[in-house]
Amino acid sequence: MTRMRPTFRRLTAATAAAGMLVLAGCSAPANPDGSSGGATLVVATSDEPDALNPVLNYGVDGASLIFDGLVSRDDDNRLVAGLSTALPQLSPDGRTVTAKLRDGVQFHDGTPLTAQDVVFTYQAVLDPTVDSTLRSDLDMVESVTAPDAATVVFRLRYPYAPFLQRLTLGIVPAKLLSGQDINTAPFNRKPIGTGPYRVDSWTPGDRLVLTANERYFGGRPKNNRVVVAFVADDNVRAQRMRAGEFDAAELPPKLASGFDADTTYRVQRAPTADYRGVMLPTGNPILADPAVRRALNLAVDRAAMVAGLLGGAGEPAFGPIPPTSEFADPSIIGRPTADPTSAGALLDAAGWTPGPGGVRVKDGRPARFTLMYPASDTLRKDLALAVTADAKKVGIEVTPAGLTWDAIDPRMKSDALLMGYGTPYDPDFVSYKLFGSTFAGQGYFNPGSYRSDVADRALQEGRDQIDPALRKAAYAQFQKQLAVDVPWLFLTYLRHTYVLKSSVEGVAPRVEAHEHGVANSLWWNIDTWTRS
Amino acid sequence: MTRSGRLAGAGAVVRRRLLIAVPVLAATSVGMFALGAASPVDPAKQYAGAAAFTASEENLAQLRANWGIDDPLPVQYLRWISNLVQGDLGWSTSRHEPVASVLAARAGWTLLLIGVSLALVLVASLLLGALAAYRRGGVFDRALRAAAYAVQSMPVFWLGLAAIAVFALALGWLPAGGLTDVTATSTSWSDVAHHLILPVGVLAVSQAPWFVLFVRDAVAESMRDDHVLAARARGLPGRTVLFGHALRTALLPFLTLVGTHLPELVGGAVLVETVFSLPGLGAVTVAAALGSDFPLLAAITLVTTAVVLAANLATDLAYAAADPRVRLDG
Repeated sequence: MTRMRPTFRRLTAATAAAGMLVLAGCSAPANPDGSSGGATLVVATSDEPDALNPVLNYGVDGASLIFDGLVSRDDDNRLVAGLSTALPQLSPDGRTVTAKLRDGVQFHDGTPLTAQDVVFTYQAVLDPTVDSTLRSDLDMVESVTAPDAATVVFRLRYPYAPFLQRLTLGIVPAKLLSGQDINTAPFNRKPIGTGPYRVDSWTPGDRLVLTANERYFGGRPKNNRVVVAFVADDNVRAQRMRAGEFDAAELPPKLASGFDADTTYRVQRAPTADYRGVMLPTGNPILADPAVRRALNLAVDRAAMVAGLLGGAGEPAFGPIPPTSEFADPSIIGRPTADPTSAGALLDAAGWTPGPGGVRVKDGRPARFTLMYPASDTLRKDLALAVTADAKKVGIEVTPAGLTWDAIDPRMKSDALLMGYGTPYDPDFVSYKLFGSTFAGQGYFNPGSYRSDVADRALQEGRDQIDPALRKAAYAQFQKQLAVDVPWLFLTYLRHTYVLKSSVEGVAPRVEAHEHGVANSLWWNIDTWTRS
Repeated sequence: MTRSGRLAGAGAVVRRRLLIAVPVLAATSVGMFALGAASPVDPAKQYAGAAAFTASEENLAQLRANWGIDDPLPVQYLRWISNLVQGDLGWSTSRHEPVASVLAARAGWTLLLIGVSLALVLVASLLLGALAAYRRGGVFDRALRAAAYAVQSMPVFWLGLAAIAVFALALGWLPAGGLTDVTATSTSWSDVAHHLILPVGVLAVSQAPWFVLFVRDAVAESMRDDHVLAARARGLPGRTVLFGHALRTALLPFLTLVGTHLPELVGGAVLVETVFSLPGLGAVTVAAALGSDFPLLAAITLVTTAVVLAANLATDLAYAAADPRVRLDG
């Protein structure tokens, strides 16, 4: 705060000159306390949903505040029963799941929840005329049926061990949506769910007002109202947080650290499964050489990236399974700092000898490649430049290129790309398609055409086997194979940073997915937050 | 000649302008669709957001098929026109609601912001500019000019953040953003007015220098006109000479300036809406452009074109009313 004072004075002078004081003088006295009443919590995010309907991708990983899934997740992201009486079980062949519904659950409008609502929700996702991208994640579902009003049976096309993780999808009331065009239904603006909060009003671009659901089966929320303010600009969000308007706000690491010294605020840095790395395509003649890929893996200074580019809000990454996951294999963790000596020795041994301008050469071909990044993403740009600098130290020349996705897409087979992915829930979710050879060259699935029989088998094993121990062994093998082949240069895991008022209690950060906004953010359990 | 006589040809002018407006609007909409076809952005991927990276190509193709955006351009255009004639502006893929309801919910706030700012700019610039011109080279004149040049060099975005820093954070007089108090239970006009003081002030201040400097120069110029000198010679009071004679002559080119400056005001409003998190058309226009949401873009472009045409017409009519030398029936 003290650091900012001189700026204020200068600004006052400038704006007063502009006649602002005249304008402000006409105003009524302000109502400075935006959070009066004690029972209203205000949170701010930049990420506004398009529609508040789980079928159209709202809060599909649960914690959507308005809806509940058959299962939900606790503070360690472990699955617990949601709308089901107990955690459903996968049949031994891995192809059938039977869920029993909790008794007496009501939607916000008072109608009781039945198995028909669950069937309707999942069938709506699978309906090709519905604009849902969730269909890609549920392509294993063959049928979903309701033998009676309290039982739902899913039948899968093939054994799929992590299927229960897909049951966090919020359930919508069939009565209000059947026979309607779900893409355009008014329900998407004013939804009815079973969750801890009902929607009071939604002014797109401004705020979403939620009020407590008195009949919530998980217990009445401790707060009467929750307001989610949508503030797209980071600086504006930080200013309004400082003005005292919000109880919690998501801010980029550098803006959040401005609140560290102030005791009226608390900064939370939630771990995520969201990684950034460089996809190294096998179609590039230089990057096709495993020695170059391994040397790059040794040459990058991950610790410097975390400290310098992320302001400490991150961890070095060595593989696609986050260290917080039970499936993470600790043996793949390398040195967080750069090791240019070993990298150079590796390149020397593989025949890459120093050439003109410090760039190594092998068979007359210089060690040179292009690294693309989406131009609008400043973090990816910073990471691309850091990789460029680190690679130069070991004699590899990288040309960073900031492009739009339309320009990137056709070049992914032959040029390296700074990408980001990651989910904390199951290793199968992203990695099966990102590293499986059957998906080689299919759009954003395995764009670099990585092919490894060992990795393929391990990924398939992880999907087929129900036994957690066998799955763990399979994913350990998968991670070791990636560490040997280096199809990606994993750089960092991010942390999501939030600023809270110190008076807010009950916050329980859990490992977050890439997508977080109204749903699945730090405020996933806001119904139990209190303010002292 | 009486004032009503001067506007005698107004009806014919309005009719003629409406006839011209139809081909202009049609050409604008064709241009929009041609740009849409040339755009490399895939609306399905934009719609999917982060899910675009986990959705299968088949899934995305199905979305495109649902929206009919793979159809040939003329087919899409004819479909759009025939819906438009029936009063249906189409479906916004970026906002997930009918285009008409996007406009209905948001255009009002943008118009309010622009309208109030414009009125404020006009009144303030006429008053300040005329006063500065009256004592040319005086302290007030020099201070005003210095301030105008200073403000003109400040980006709107910066001005907005500075205003928040001063009036919301340091002084705590005004809210930092939003349309209403974030915990308000209803949208009351006094609450909205309170929240609009800063955005309107910032937009007005950012647009004012142009107008102030123009009025100052024009009035200073006309202070030397024969009829003004004659009025002064007759011993009329300074205020009458300044506002009744000099300012009135200077007003004519000013009207043209207002008309041509309107697009810049709209551009400033988009930035101000972003800084103060106002749910106006600004943010959705940007989202629509990034997401290749052509139904929404086309509607916004048409509305903007119509407003600009209407503003030009109004300027011309006002010109005719203000200047006896201008005739509409010519």
